[in-house]
Amino acid sequence: MSTPAPATARESSASLRGSRAGSAGDSIFSGLALASAVVILLVLAFVAIFLVSEALPAIRPGADLDSPVDSFFEYVWPLMAGTVMAAIIALLLATPVAVGVALFISHYAPPRIAKPVGFVIDLLAAIPSVVYGVWGWLTLAPLMVPIYGWLNEHLGFIPFFAGAPTTTGRTLLTSGIVLSVMVLPIITALCREIFTQTPILHQEAALGLGATRWEMIKMTVFPFARAGIVSSIMLGLGRALGETMAVTMVLSGGIFSWSLIQSGRNQTIPSEIALNFPEAFGMRLNELIAAGLMLFIITLAVNMIARAIVNKHKEFSGAN
Amino acid sequence: MSSTVTTTPPTETDLRPRRQESLSGGRKPGWVWIAVLVGAAVIGAGLTLLLAEGFPIAAFLVITAILYVLGMYVATRAMENRRRATDGLWRNLVWLAFLIALAPLVSVLWSVVATGLPTLVNNPHVMAYDMQGVTGVDDSNWIDAGTPAGELAGGFGHALVGTVVITLIATIISVPIGMLTSIYLVEYGRDGWFSRAIIFFVDVMTGIPSIVAGLFAYAAVTWVLEQVMGSRPEALQNVQMGFTAAIALSVLMIPVVVRSTEEMLRVVPNELREGSYALGVRKWQTIAKVVLPTAISGIASGVTLAIARVAGETAPILVTAGFAVNVNWDPFDNWMTALPVFIYRQLVAPTSPTAADPSTARAWAAALVLVAIVMALNLLARVIAKAFAPKSGR
Repeated sequence: MSTPAPATARESSASLRGSRAGSAGDSIFSGLALASAVVILLVLAFVAIFLVSEALPAIRPGADLDSPVDSFFEYVWPLMAGTVMAAIIALLLATPVAVGVALFISHYAPPRIAKPVGFVIDLLAAIPSVVYGVWGWLTLAPLMVPIYGWLNEHLGFIPFFAGAPTTTGRTLLTSGIVLSVMVLPIITALCREIFTQTPILHQEAALGLGATRWEMIKMTVFPFARAGIVSSIMLGLGRALGETMAVTMVLSGGIFSWSLIQSGRNQTIPSEIALNFPEAFGMRLNELIAAGLMLFIITLAVNMIARAIVNKHKEFSGAN
Repeated sequence: MSSTVTTTPPTETDLRPRRQESLSGGRKPGWVWIAVLVGAAVIGAGLTLLLAEGFPIAAFLVITAILYVLGMYVATRAMENRRRATDGLWRNLVWLAFLIALAPLVSVLWSVVATGLPTLVNNPHVMAYDMQGVTGVDDSNWIDAGTPAGELAGGFGHALVGTVVITLIATIISVPIGMLTSIYLVEYGRDGWFSRAIIFFVDVMTGIPSIVAGLFAYAAVTWVLEQVMGSRPEALQNVQMGFTAAIALSVLMIPVVVRSTEEMLRVVPNELREGSYALGVRKWQTIAKVVLPTAISGIASGVTLAIARVAGETAPILVTAGFAVNVNWDPFDNWMTALPVFIYRQLVAPTSPTAADPSTARAWAAALVLVAIVMALNLLARVIAKAFAPKSGR
């Protein structure tokens, strides 16, 4: 099929004919490749081992913790609750929009603008998290203050909107909104890829039977993409759980509270680490690394479930 | 809903005979959407005045959009039929989702450019100067000078140096490991349990929170230094350096490089390899001289994207490299600052706590430069993928 390749191959084989370097090169090369693969597994194992060994002093019962609490669990549960709450807010906001945008690119947009839109969404994913943090803190948070006031005034009976509303806008809900902007491109990119892989024949058959465009999508695209959508949401969840800087900069943290519109409430694990690690030493360091271990376990579980779903449905979803 | 077989045929109530007189029969007239839009805007304005004090434009737009989507549904349902109304409803919702997604992007880019550019244009030296010797007094003076203010003290030249050094080392570590691993996956470990396990764990690794990668690098370097230097305080003092940050970034970068390279190697047609083997060329030479050159454009663009990703990372560098105010080219000695960390520190701990504006201005300018770098790398990746793509023989 392509003539140049055999030509270069002949050249190189001629220049190396009879050299013993060839056979040694083969084993060296395959050995190097295998070694790199092993290194990756080792790194992942070391991440777990180092975190566990540094975290143990803080986790074991009866540890003399630096924080004014009785046990490590008491220290970490409000942080875990805050982390999960922020991630859930982010997903609730991002998922419908992300699936909508993916459908827009794959099925609704005129072909002329579908490609640029996909590119723009990819750019959204490329913006560094610290920039989202700056934006959330200095631009978005002040805009949210009147909205929180309104929510508190009219929906204050719901625990999420109870209590004196913030005056700075730096709340868990604002963090969740910033996180949703950050996970949106991840979910969109994966969903778009799966949606465009829906067999054209299925879609044309549905249209040919008189289905409207929405009915066609409901009958052919969604059943085909269901596993992919679920796993893309899980991957977005993994990202939202582990995101550090945006929350660190946007949230003015504190004790656990159900209220999402108060400043000085709630905290997430990554942001607790980032805020306290530079000044920490001794037992405080162990505490923070133990909190990091908890985060590692949660995100690991979420990601493994997501990947397992993708792998299980690989043959017809292609979301890899 | 689950399969095409169970689709109910269009019922008679849906497609009444009187609406099938011609192709355009049963369609609502073209002016309906304008009427609905105007109606939605009027009612939306009324509701906004009623519900909120003042007249917030955002609230008005949101209420109008909701009313328009609902109004179009009702109008289509009344003039056409339920199925077309549902179809139209979802089409409008999808367009709405697209507009909603666009809003934060425009807002982020606008605030970065609009706030960062003036500082950068008026004080181009911020890209070269470092923060050594810059005190709160300088910043207070800058504010007291009023507008147009004089030269902004200090800058983020040292942070640019730090980002370049740390990212470069991370790239040097990650690219060989990542490329060799994907070569193993594609060329050697043909779908055995071991290569499947590696693929799975590489995928899992892409999900490691960046702060955990930072903690790992910190703990690992602490351990190594304690083995080498003994448990002395000096060992702990030396942990935070540019190289530790580079290790943390490598943990994040390797899986990205593996996945993109693997994808590129897999699309190299097998005929090329077989042709090479048929001529008696050894496997490693086939890989090095036939497979890799064919896939090099995709690999290079994947590596560029990976660099763009880690260049913007903050958290792992924050916990591993400390925070310096001066230029430091040596990754093995002393603290180092990267651009994202500089942005964070300028905002969280302004140089002058009472006059934070100059620090904020520096942070926005640095954010603009960072976004520009990352966008440039992304565009570069696209150009590489396009320009150096192998010419297909077909």
